[in-house]
Amino acid sequence: MARYAMTIDTRTCMGCTSCVVACKVENQVDTPFFRNCVVQQISGEFPDLRLVNIRENCNMCSEAACVANCPTGASHIEPKWGLVEIDESLCTGCKACIAACPYDARFINRKGYAEKCTFCLPRLKEGLDPACVATCPCQAITVGDLKDPSSKIASLLAMRKYWTLKPEAGTQPNVFYLE
Amino acid sequence: MNPSEVSVIGANPGISPSLHIWGWEIAAYLFLGGLVAGLLVISGLAHRKSERPAESLAWRGPALVPVLLTVGMVSLFLDLEHKLHFYRFYLAFRITSPMSWGAWILLLVYPASILFALAAVGEFGPKLPGDWDLVTELAAAVRRPLAAVNVALGVALGIYTGILLSSLGARPFWNTPLLGPLFLLSGLSGGAALLILLEPSREAQLRLGMLDVKLIGAESATLALILIGLSSGGAAQRAAAQLVLGGSFTAVFWIAIVMMGLALPATIELFHRFKRAQASFYPAALVLLGGFALRMIILLAGQASRWGTLQ
Repeated sequence: MARYAMTIDTRTCMGCTSCVVACKVENQVDTPFFRNCVVQQISGEFPDLRLVNIRENCNMCSEAACVANCPTGASHIEPKWGLVEIDESLCTGCKACIAACPYDARFINRKGYAEKCTFCLPRLKEGLDPACVATCPCQAITVGDLKDPSSKIASLLAMRKYWTLKPEAGTQPNVFYLE
Repeated sequence: MNPSEVSVIGANPGISPSLHIWGWEIAAYLFLGGLVAGLLVISGLAHRKSERPAESLAWRGPALVPVLLTVGMVSLFLDLEHKLHFYRFYLAFRITSPMSWGAWILLLVYPASILFALAAVGEFGPKLPGDWDLVTELAAAVRRPLAAVNVALGVALGIYTGILLSSLGARPFWNTPLLGPLFLLSGLSGGAALLILLEPSREAQLRLGMLDVKLIGAESATLALILIGLSSGGAAQRAAAQLVLGGSFTAVFWIAIVMMGLALPATIELFHRFKRAQASFYPAALVLLGGFALRMIILLAGQASRWGTLQ
């Protein structure tokens, strides 16, 4: 099984939210929802301020709490790509996955199903980049297979310092923020 | 990193779904499920122990169980966002999901409690209108084994809801293994209170009142242990405990649960016992209201607790 992951370069991301809009258009996400967002974190005291743009979406955790807590198997690990995906035909809208997710990555769409970022799996299957990756004007986002040592993401993670969101929640997130 | 200021671009209530996950529907189900568990365990044990249990334990309590369970399950159904797919619970069993366990437990409790109600009413209750003789005779023949099965299922029903919430690792307020026992004890206490309301005999009312006092004591101790456990945990657990120890849920927690739901009814019930006073309706009603408040406040406080400082 591959293990697809994402890196987001916080040095090049300028917080334009093109990825947010591209995702919404590509995946026909219901209004008023989005599958991702950009959080601006400003720290320090004026005038010594530091700003980081944090693009947030599903962290495709290796120990996904949503999958463990799903009563029907609708939330599952897609075996070929190693991604956390949702089978809508199995989803009852019980919201256990939403309560289980430390990242608030999920929401209930207007059809009544749990929805979240899929890393644009249909596009990946066609050999295309996810919509956010293809749109990003800064080329800040990279998606690839962690287990393939020759992939761009593997070399980025080997060369750069990185951090993840809420590692203490223990779900082993696979979205890495490059410093 | 200690952010002194945070702003979010492109966010709206839809992007923070954690603002609302579960509301009154789930709290009502947790409460009624607990109440059903309490009624089944207490009356089931009475059927096992006594040849002629008190009126409320003999048939009134068991007869009420299917009604309460139906209302609770309707409430649960109302919460489902895609109701047509409810049958999907019964095409899967997921060992890591307490909700899956619960769905199957409900499927067992429902018919078992109806059979127990028929047996109890057939044996001790009034004559039912219409021809139920065959059904009630059959059920009455297996009444005592049925009672044992219902006690076991009642414990499972009473405890799984707490385990369900405690398994949701993203919400530190719920991350305590004592939440299952707390919900079970609260359900038992609520069951005893409801039986007091159903019981015509004053002696039996006082006995149920004393049982309720003991259960309230155990429930209070469990609640205290939960707060001690959270307060001595990591940063996220301590922040979660702060929700009821100075944070936004403090007033409702201490007034609605601790004072109105635990301390006051236990005091009145003890007073009834030792002064041999006429048992009254109020402590039982307070216990029931407190039981609902406990579920509602724990449900909402859990959704307000999270890992990390940002978002």
